[in-house]
Amino acid sequence: MQRVSPLNSLAFDPGLCSGCGTCVEVCPQGVFILQDQAAVVTRPDDCIECGACELNCPSAAITVDSGVGCASAMIWGALSRRKVPGASLVVPCCTTSTLDGSAECT
Amino acid sequence: MEQDHSDVGRQQIQQTNSQLTWQNRLDHVLARLGIRRGNHRVAPGLYRLGVPDAGSPVLVTANYSLSFDALRSALAGHDAYLLVLDTNGVNVWCAAGKGTFGTDELVRRVQQVGVSDLVSNRTLILPQLGASGVSALEVRKRCGFGVEYGPVRAVDLPAYLKDHRATPEMRQVRFDLVDRLTLIPVEVVSWFLPTLLLGALLLLLGGWRLASAAISAMFAGVVLFPILLPWLPTRDFTSKGFFLGGLMVVPFAAAASAESPDLGALLRVAQMLAYFTLMPTLTAYLSLNFTGSTPVASRTGVRYEIDRYVPVMAILAVAGIVSAIAVAAFGR
Ligand code: SF4
Ligand code: SF4
Repeated sequence: MQRVSPLNSLAFDPGLCSGCGTCVEVCPQGVFILQDQAAVVTRPDDCIECGACELNCPSAAITVDSGVGCASAMIWGALSRRKVPGASLVVPCCTTSTLDGSAECT
Repeated sequence: MEQDHSDVGRQQIQQTNSQLTWQNRLDHVLARLGIRRGNHRVAPGLYRLGVPDAGSPVLVTANYSLSFDALRSALAGHDAYLLVLDTNGVNVWCAAGKGTFGTDELVRRVQQVGVSDLVSNRTLILPQLGASGVSALEVRKRCGFGVEYGPVRAVDLPAYLKDHRATPEMRQVRFDLVDRLTLIPVEVVSWFLPTLLLGALLLLLGGWRLASAAISAMFAGVVLFPILLPWLPTRDFTSKGFFLGGLMVVPFAAAASAESPDLGALLRVAQMLAYFTLMPTLTAYLSLNFTGSTPVASRTGVRYEIDRYVPVMAILAVAGIVSAIAVAAFGR
């Protein structure tokens, strides 16, 4: 696995990739493209660590330390000494503010 | 309600349509204002949209009313099954991030409502933003249904359903001006009380000028920041916020120095220090908090910003408060 950007934890092993194109499909940031039957990282710095590519890659060619990029959640988590989310912590904003705007969330 | 044989012993299938009533619209307005948080829900389970048959597509969404309504209203004129997962009333993206819009819940619902008895195809169409909670491979393994990730936005579904292909455009999350504007009301509502309290406190402590400076800084963080986000220099949220807060200081600092010529040199410095530390810090803190409302912040990025800027903010805030108290105590 090779880290692709200093700004995030995305790592990719081209040797394992089967070129199925799933990562291209699920990535909301257009980080990957498919070229000659293989995934290529073209926008490494844009990864937001959502984890969709790792979770859906059939060849385990991608890893990423995924989590929610939410400062309130992390600060709350730190103050209340609970684990930073992931999954466990729900801060008040989670039910509304975030992205429920727009048709982003179908 | 009519009852299919396939429904027997299973959860009833509800009927829905593509119309948005005024109640729906009111609910959307309240949701965007952050009023009655957590109450904008629809019942999880299976819905018929129009008159679906065995060949109709099955589309999956969250039980947040804005998500469900976006889906059904986008599909006007289509016959489909809508499978609503229980995400505790949270939208698809955020629920997927927490795992509630996830493999387990999806498989459980598919089996509970007996989707395989209703349709002949073995495909579930999920919103693309659900992919961070769902493993397509595992869903197939556990319930025999393949997962197809549709477009990010529900409005693109009619185009997508023609050939089940999404253009790169449809796959890309945008965070354009309209998206950012929609987030402002809920931010305003949630910061309103803290702003009021801070304003009142500063009014007593340092007069109306200090109070309005603080309120302006909050306004910058909550309203101007989302609007100006892409045009502010620098890459990370907090430094953008510092920049914006710095701009907000200028008129206040100018007016303050023009109007209090009888302050001693030291107090004058203290006064400037108060403005130039407190306002940018406030705006920057709010800007940092805005990360969670965006689809463009990564956890590594946010952690980096917290580690780097929160100590700075704390120091600036203390320096600013001490200066403001000094001015208030000795400057009259
Ligand atoms: S999902 Fe995995 S195997 Fe498929 S193209 Fe992407 S990296 Fe390659
Ligand atoms: S983690 Fe998310 S944003 Fe990053 S490359 Fe994977 S799918 Fe794209």
